[in-house]
Amino acid sequence: MTETASQMTDFLPVILPLVWAAILAFAVFLYVLLGGYDLGLGVLFPLAPSHKDRDAMMASVAPFWDGNETWLVLGGGGLLAAFPLAYSIMLPALYIPIILMLIGLILRGVAFEFRFKSQRSRFLWDYAFSFGSVLAALMQGAIIGAFIEGFAVTDNKFSGGPFDWLTPFSAVTALALLAGYVMLSTGWLIMKADDALREWAYRIAYPALIAMAAFIVIFSIWTPLLHPEIATRWFTPANMVMLSPVPLATVAAVGALWLALNRRQRYTPFLLGAALFMLCYTGLAVSLFPYIVPPNITIWQAAAAPDSQLFMLYGAIPLLPIILGYTAYSYYALWHAPEHDAYH
Amino acid sequence: MSELDPLLLSRIQFAFTISFHILFPSFTIGLAAWLVVLEALWLRTGKAIYRDIALHWTKIFAVSFGMGVVSGVVLSYEFGTNWSELSRRGGNVIGPLMSYEVLTAFFLEAGFLGIMLFGWNRVPKWVHFFASCMVALGTVVSAFWILSANSWMQTPAGFRVAEDGVLHVTDWWQVIFNPSFPYRLAHMVAAAYLTTAFIVAGIGAWYILRERSVPHGRIMLGMGLSLLVWLAPLQLVIGDQHGLNAREHQPAKIAAVEAHWETQRSAPLILFAIPDPAAEKNHFEIAIPKLGSLILTHRWDGEIQGLKAFPPEDRPNPIIPFFAFRIMVGIGLIMIAVGLVGSFLWLRGRLFDSRWFLRVLVWVSPLGFLAVLSGWFVAEVGRQPWTVYGVLRTADAVSPVPGGSVLFSLLLFVLVYFIIFGAGLYYIAKLVQRGPDETPPVPEAEDADLSHRPMAAAGNP
Repeated sequence: MTETASQMTDFLPVILPLVWAAILAFAVFLYVLLGGYDLGLGVLFPLAPSHKDRDAMMASVAPFWDGNETWLVLGGGGLLAAFPLAYSIMLPALYIPIILMLIGLILRGVAFEFRFKSQRSRFLWDYAFSFGSVLAALMQGAIIGAFIEGFAVTDNKFSGGPFDWLTPFSAVTALALLAGYVMLSTGWLIMKADDALREWAYRIAYPALIAMAAFIVIFSIWTPLLHPEIATRWFTPANMVMLSPVPLATVAAVGALWLALNRRQRYTPFLLGAALFMLCYTGLAVSLFPYIVPPNITIWQAAAAPDSQLFMLYGAIPLLPIILGYTAYSYYALWHAPEHDAYH
Repeated sequence: MSELDPLLLSRIQFAFTISFHILFPSFTIGLAAWLVVLEALWLRTGKAIYRDIALHWTKIFAVSFGMGVVSGVVLSYEFGTNWSELSRRGGNVIGPLMSYEVLTAFFLEAGFLGIMLFGWNRVPKWVHFFASCMVALGTVVSAFWILSANSWMQTPAGFRVAEDGVLHVTDWWQVIFNPSFPYRLAHMVAAAYLTTAFIVAGIGAWYILRERSVPHGRIMLGMGLSLLVWLAPLQLVIGDQHGLNAREHQPAKIAAVEAHWETQRSAPLILFAIPDPAAEKNHFEIAIPKLGSLILTHRWDGEIQGLKAFPPEDRPNPIIPFFAFRIMVGIGLIMIAVGLVGSFLWLRGRLFDSRWFLRVLVWVSPLGFLAVLSGWFVAEVGRQPWTVYGVLRTADAVSPVPGGSVLFSLLLFVLVYFIIFGAGLYYIAKLVQRGPDETPPVPEAEDADLSHRPMAAAGNP
C-alpha cells in the first residue's frame, strides 16, 4: 500500500461519518421546516374561519406535500445506509411512536387525494387530515424528546421496554414541536393566503410564538439538567463565550419575529420562524454531538463501512443540488395558490 | 399460545403492508408511462382526444400514486422497526441501494408530480411534458433500485461477512447486478405494464359497452391491446428465464413451487396437489410426466432437486408457493389468450362490435393485480426461511420488540388500510364512471380554476 493510500484509509473513517451526519442533519432539518409548515396547517385546519379557508389552506400545500415528506424518507433511509447501527437500535426503541407517526402521515396524505373527490363524506377527510397531522407532529416531537433522553442499549441492541420513549420530557417536546409547526404554518399562510385568511394567520402567530419561546426557555433549562455532559458543554467558561451567539441570536430572532408580525410583514415571519428552528436545531446539535444514539454511541461507532458511505456520497454530492434545484423550480412554478376555491 | 410471537406477527405485518403497497406501483409504473405516450400523441397530433384521455387518467393516477406514497413510506421504516437485525447486519449493502432509490427516484417523482398534476396551465407545454416524463422515469428508477435490493436478498453476491456478523460490500457491481436482478426487474416491469394495459383495455371496453365516451374507449382498448398482445407472450419467456435462474440459485424455492419432494430426472409437471410438509409428500396429485424437467431444464431428462435434498430447517413450506405460482401462470395464459383473440378480432375488423369479448375484457381487467401478488408470494414465501438467502435467517433478522407492540401495529395497519383502500377504490370507481368526455375541458390560462385544485381538474360538480 502506498503512503497516500494508507493515509486515505485512516482519513476516511474519521471524515465520512461527519459528512454523513451533516447531510442527514440537513435532510432532517429540511423535513422539519417543510413537513413542519405542512403538518402545522393540519393542526390549524379545524380552527380556520371557514370552509373556503380550509380549501385554500389545503390547496396551498397540495402540490408540495409529497416532496416535503420525501425528506423524511431520506432521513430514515439515509440513517439506515450511513449509520445502520443507530437505525437498528432507535427504530425498535421508538416502535410505537414511529408506527403512530406513520398512521398519522397515511391519514393526512390520503386526505389530500380524497377530500376533493368527496361530497357528503368530505368532513371525514377533514378530520383525517387534522387528526393525522396532529398525531404525526406529536409523535415526531416525542421521538425528538426520547432521542435526547437516550436509549437503553446492550450488545448493540435496544434493551429497554416498549414505553421507554414516553416520559414527561418527551410529552413536553411533543407539545413544543406542535407549537413550532403551528408557528411555521402561520408563516406559510401569511406568505400564501388571501387578505382575510392572512390576517387570521397573523393573529394565530402571536400565541404560537409565545408558546414556542416559552418552550425554548423550558428546554434550555431542562436539557442540561437531563445530562450533566450537556451542562458541561454549555456552561464551562470558555464554551459559554464561544456558544453564546446561539442563545443571543435566538432571543434576537424571537424579538424580530414579534416585530415582523406587528408590522404585518409578508415573508419575514416564515423566514424568521425557519431561523428560530435552525437555532434550536443548532443548540440540539451542540448538546448531543458526537452522539447519534445518546448517551453512548457516537457517529463513528454507528457508521456504516467507509466503502458504503463513500459509495453513497458519490451519488449524493451531484444529486442533492439537482434535487434542490427542481424542488425550488416546482415551488416557483406553482407558487400562486388559488384566491378562491372553484367548488363554492 | 400465550406468548405473542413477534417474528410471526412481524412477518404477517410486512406481508400485509407490502402486499397492499405493491398494488399501487404495479399500476402507476405502467400508467405513468402511458400518460407520457398520450401527452406525446397530443403534442404531436394536436388531437384533443388524447389530452382528454390523459387528463382523465391523470386523476386516477393521482389517487393511486398518493396511496402508493403513503403505503411506501411505511415500508422504509419497517426495515428498522421490525427487521432491525437485517438493518444492522445488512445495512452496509441494502442501505445504499435504498438511499439511491430515494435520491434518484422518490425526489424525482415527488418533485415533478406537483407540476404534472397542477401545472397544466402554469408552465409551458413542453415543461409539463418533461415533468410527466420525469415522473414516469422516477417510477422505473424506483423499481430498479428496490428490485436490486430485493434480488440481492434473494441471490446475494459481492459481499463478505465480518467476524461480528456484519456484511461488507466487496463489489458494488456484483451487489447491484446480482444474479437474479435482471430477470426479476424485467419480470416486474413487464408485469406492471401488463397490469395497466389490462385495466386500460378493460375500462375502454366498458365505455364502449356502455356507449359512453366511445371514441375514448376505442383508443384505450386499442392501445391496451397493442401492448398486451406482444408483452403477455414475452412475459412468459421472461418468467421462464427467471425460473431457470431460480433453479440455479434458489433450488429449494423451485422444489417448493413444483411440490417436488424427491430429487429426480425426467420430473413430472404437477398440475394439482395438496403438498403435505409433515408427511413429505403430496395428496391428490395430478401430474404430466417429464414436463417438469422440460420446463425447468429445457431437457426431457433434466434433474430437478426435491425438497428432501435440503435439511428440514432450510426448506420453505411449499403450500403457498405451489398454489400462488399456479395462479400466476394461469393468469398469464389467460392474458396471452385474450391478446390473441383480441388481435384476431381486430384484424377481422370486429373488435369493437364483439360484445362478448368486450365483456370478457372487463372481467379479466383486474387479473394483473392478482398475478403480481401471487408472483410476489412465490418469491417471498419461497425464499424462506431466509431473509438474505443462505446468510441471514428470517428468525435472526427480527427486531427486539415485544409481540404485543407488533400486534398493536398490525391491527392498526389492517384497520387503516381497509378504510383507505375502500375509500380509494370507491373514488377511483367514481372517476372511472364519469368517463373522459364528461371531464370538463382544460380551462384556458385566464380561467385557470381547475388547474390549481388538488388533483387538477377533479371536475366535481
